[in-house]
Amino acid sequence: MRPLALFTTLFLLSILSVIFSMASGSMPIGWHELLSAVHGDGQDLASRVVIDLRWPRTAAAFITGALLALAGGLMQVLLRNPLADPYVLGISGGAAVAALLMLLLGMGGFWLQGAAFTGALLSMLLVFGLSHGHGSWNISRLLLTGVVVAAGWGAAIGFLLALSPDQDLRGMLFWLMGDLSYATTPVGGFAILLAGLLMAVASGRSLNLLAHGELTAATLGVTIQPLRRLIYVLASLLTAAAVTSAGTIGFVGLIVPHLLRLQGVRDHRVLLPAAALLGGSLLVLADTLARTVIAPRQLPVGILTALIGVPVFLYLLYHGRERYGRNG
Amino acid sequence: MLRFEAEQLGIRIGRVVICSHLDLCINAGENWGILGRNGAGKTTLLHTLAGLRRPDLGSVKLDGTPLTCLSRRKIARQIGVLLQDHQDAFPASVMETVLIGRHPYLGPLQWEGAADYAAAHEALRAVGLEGMETRDIATLSGGERRRLGIATLLAQDPHVLLLDEPTNHMDFHHQIHILDLLWQRSRTEEKSMLLVLHDPNLALRYCDHFLFLYGGGETLQGTAAEVLTQPNLERLYGHPLQALQGPRGTVWLPG
Repeated sequence: MRPLALFTTLFLLSILSVIFSMASGSMPIGWHELLSAVHGDGQDLASRVVIDLRWPRTAAAFITGALLALAGGLMQVLLRNPLADPYVLGISGGAAVAALLMLLLGMGGFWLQGAAFTGALLSMLLVFGLSHGHGSWNISRLLLTGVVVAAGWGAAIGFLLALSPDQDLRGMLFWLMGDLSYATTPVGGFAILLAGLLMAVASGRSLNLLAHGELTAATLGVTIQPLRRLIYVLASLLTAAAVTSAGTIGFVGLIVPHLLRLQGVRDHRVLLPAAALLGGSLLVLADTLARTVIAPRQLPVGILTALIGVPVFLYLLYHGRERYGRNG
Repeated sequence: MLRFEAEQLGIRIGRVVICSHLDLCINAGENWGILGRNGAGKTTLLHTLAGLRRPDLGSVKLDGTPLTCLSRRKIARQIGVLLQDHQDAFPASVMETVLIGRHPYLGPLQWEGAADYAAAHEALRAVGLEGMETRDIATLSGGERRRLGIATLLAQDPHVLLLDEPTNHMDFHHQIHILDLLWQRSRTEEKSMLLVLHDPNLALRYCDHFLFLYGGGETLQGTAAEVLTQPNLERLYGHPLQALQGPRGTVWLPG
């Protein structure tokens, strides 16, 4: 698909998914009410629902999805592994342990988010430091360190869940499966997303080379070590921002970059921004369904991302136009 | 005229010495064959000459400047490397793969322009891959992927080519076609090549200078007439050889 057609399609999809999300819910809202909420004085009930409730949640969903898809695309090329996702190196585990501790202490809101972000950053520094060790920093070391640290966090999460009183467990499970119900308009996440997109596009051609192997990239003029560090820190920050606002939503970061690759999008200068738009749209749709399918009860959005993502991905893989990567 | 040289080069992997105090001067237009047994360190030497690995002693210089003082980008405009293996982790088209050769000439935010596409098309035509631009590289045969690697180097158009077993996976026709092409290029454009080869006959056909790696740090260099003798080759490979006289001169067969 040509970049222009691709981005036109993705912009339309993004806008449609946002409108669908704003209009859906326990109180149906039509075109007129949506428009008057945007243009009017915003004092009627419909406008208040749109502005105070649905818009922050929709915006949070879009930005979180975009953050995860971008982080996933970066992690995959950094680790040169199609199975990598934003959580593979334990960033989310650190965030989860800190967040569960806060939930166990009965803290919410700012404390929950602050703890999650701090936990994610600590985990990022831990993996970064440990993978440097005494020797050189290479990708298999980073991957192994990250996977083992993630397993350690997994045990800590299990321990916290076992300790927790029954009434806290539901909230904890929702956080672990990804939940946008307490999300606020993520201004910080948006700033990180924009900065991440800029850097991803600016280093996109180098990433294209990295996909052909580090030595090949080096022979063609890429300075490998600084690029790897930049991508690691960038992907970690994007992931930290995403889990801070919505817990550990699975699947988006793994499959969105592959959905685009299956459509023939390989150039990272196109792939990464396109992944952000598609990831955002997918999460907005998933979250809209999560809060409407069995309303008034809500589902963790992580269930819906997998429910939508798995069949779509398998369908595209099955009907793939070309053989999909020898190692993929 | 570009000068590419190694001064007092020492390379070791752990306790194994690949070479020590090696002086090597490759003038423009010279084609060097690097021969040696498996594990003698040919690839490691090539990587060191390409600046992908720091020398343990001495230095590799481009026009008098050590590679360690040059940016990768500057090096990439002068030295092109064909690695022994291609490691493609993700799908990419043939065209996208040739275009990566233009990377050292493009600014960080610059996109490939008409001139880059023209260079890419020309390179694909030269290696006989025209018409395959949109093919996924995962669907190429081993020999086609190898020729695509050569095309990327042609698009990169450096002064020095370091080729690690360039004819891997290629049939007779393509071996000769590709080496002819590279040899012509070095003749007409005064560019030099270092080729790691396993076939002394192919090396004799295309190289005017030789570097033998005996292993254990011992090396021998000189022109074809000086070093390409039966005793030298037999010692190099640790295997008896038989010399036959063919229409193009001597041909070596393993005895």
